[in-house]
Amino acid sequence: MVSVKDETMPIRSSEDVVRVRQAARELALAQGLSLVDQTKIVTAASELARNTLDHGGGGTVRLEALNSETRRGVRLTFEDQGPGIPDLDLALTDGYTTGGGLGLGLSGAKRLSNEFEIFSRIGEGTRVMIARWK
Amino acid sequence: MERIPILKMGDYLLVTIQVDMHDRLAMTLQDDLTERIAKTQARGVLIDISSLEIVDSFIGRMLGNIAAMSRVLDAETVVVGMRPAVAITLVELGLSLPGVRTALNVEQGMSLLKLARAEQENVNGFGER
Repeated sequence: MVSVKDETMPIRSSEDVVRVRQAARELALAQGLSLVDQTKIVTAASELARNTLDHGGGGTVRLEALNSETRRGVRLTFEDQGPGIPDLDLALTDGYTTGGGLGLGLSGAKRLSNEFEIFSRIGEGTRVMIARWK
Repeated sequence: MERIPILKMGDYLLVTIQVDMHDRLAMTLQDDLTERIAKTQARGVLIDISSLEIVDSFIGRMLGNIAAMSRVLDAETVVVGMRPAVAITLVELGLSLPGVRTALNVEQGMSLLKLARAEQENVNGFGER
């Protein structure tokens, strides 16, 4: 797997969340994803960027273009040094929320992606990786 | 301060969201609209989201809140112009916008608002308004 484009952006404000959406859109478009797939990955990126800001106290996102001989795609990795998630299964349950939202951010982002991985350690932070293939 | 414009047309308020809203801007719109409904005694609110490339859970919640608040203030809300890719994504995200009336375009949205108003006047009895 060769990743050509590779960029990291800060997530410190709600304006940054908008910038992450726009960068994810540009990358998905450049990678040739269909309009529906672009919309899915951008929506997932918006949910995860907001989580990074609201629950992780801010952090970063790494945006990568994935190109192999057989397929192309987009990978986004959100990372924060926040409090971490005590119960991942619970956090991934539809409707579970600690932030007063709808509780669809994490579970929804997982449904909108082809690949989803989450690592979290109490007191150290959270990393969420999503990928969507063409 | 940055704001989404709200237009008044007769008994109705019209909002066209043309920018990629950050969360605070969405909250401001929610507050502004609620105030304007009360102040103008509007009977309906039409929100055009045809420029929006995504609707995530935050914007979805805002649309639901606006619909609920306007109902409490005796006004109907219709959301119009959702792009097909946005609709597909929204449902997969897990949001079906319960309580939010939708229409395909502004014209159909206005008809829906007028119909809702006529129905309500029938229920209320003639000549009360």
